[in-house]
Amino acid sequence: MFTIETQLFEAQDVRLGPIDLETHPAIESRWTHDAEFMRLMELKPIRPLSPAMVKKQYEAIEKEMDEQKNLFYFTIRAREDDRLIGKALIEYVDWSNGNGYIRLGIGEAESRRRGYGSQALSMLLRYAFGELNLFRVTAVVPAYNEGAIHLFQKFGFMEEVRRRKALFRDGEFWDVIGFGLLNAEWQESVLARG
Amino acid sequence: MDDLYRGSLVRLSAADSQEISKSFSASSRDSELMRLFGTGPTRTYSEKAVKAFYEKEVDAISENHFWFSIRSLEDDRLLGETDLQVDNWMAREAFIGIGIYKREDWGKGYGTDAMSLALRFAFLELNLQRVSLTVFEYNPRAIRSYEKAGFRHEGRLRSALLKDGKRWDMIYMGILFEDWKALYDDRKTAS
Repeated sequence: MFTIETQLFEAQDVRLGPIDLETHPAIESRWTHDAEFMRLMELKPIRPLSPAMVKKQYEAIEKEMDEQKNLFYFTIRAREDDRLIGKALIEYVDWSNGNGYIRLGIGEAESRRRGYGSQALSMLLRYAFGELNLFRVTAVVPAYNEGAIHLFQKFGFMEEVRRRKALFRDGEFWDVIGFGLLNAEWQESVLARG
Repeated sequence: MDDLYRGSLVRLSAADSQEISKSFSASSRDSELMRLFGTGPTRTYSEKAVKAFYEKEVDAISENHFWFSIRSLEDDRLLGETDLQVDNWMAREAFIGIGIYKREDWGKGYGTDAMSLALRFAFLELNLQRVSLTVFEYNPRAIRSYEKAGFRHEGRLRSALLKDGKRWDMIYMGILFEDWKALYDDRKTAS
């Protein structure tokens, strides 16, 4: 089980950290040119972004975190050299009902399929339930993102909502799925894993 | 072509920030109504605050957000409001909100009639592919009315709301263009 000494932001191979406004924009700009990755992450029209545009987005994120207090944004770093490999966030936190929406992705292509997303999600859930004390979290995923569906199911998320044909991409309609996990369910699964 | 804004009991008109600020401010003192409207903590709103909101949100004539007032055909009085918000034109989907301000106007079919006008506008003018909404488990009257309008249940976020110490689900409903067209064609044949 977790204790106060158990680091929230450190996992076996990856860690969660802040944005570096100097070096990260160029890296994330590169990710935005990976259309496949972007279509897995975004439900809205994608477009490639320059480092300057990404920097503006980061500044807006930091401003929202400071002023609105309902966004918790982390960069995912490789533990061996602290390099940026992805992002993980809890957004639209509704404090009075105890809800939040979670989202994460590994932008660096060579860092995928190594379990890093799993480690990041595990930290993100402990943060949502053990630190923010949320009652539940939701993840919204297009039906073609099989990797994400598999990951959320592995962590005990339940398919709760299926918005029929809510996305049109590559000439086809796709459902958009809402997955939910309750704090109580998460506690149980953590206990079970020991 | 039919008059898009005219139903059998109500019509849709422009939302006038001056007029609405009075009605909405008064309605915000009915906590039951406000708890049906939104998930956030219920509060009361001054006329000034409502007017500022509508001046910013409605008078801006957004291309993504369409606001209407609902008025009675009988005496043209203001009954409520409905809005269609297109988050994402690529998906051709809007989320709809609808409300009738005064409890003496509830249960008279005004909301149902206004919904059918809003859907016709969504599908025949905005050319949307689907219309979505969220409704709270403690609002069975609205759920029934959305079912009648042709919305189908698409799932529920379990225990997403906390009111008076009790947990309630947030229900998702949606209607596709083809659902709406089939229903509309049926009703036209029947009438």
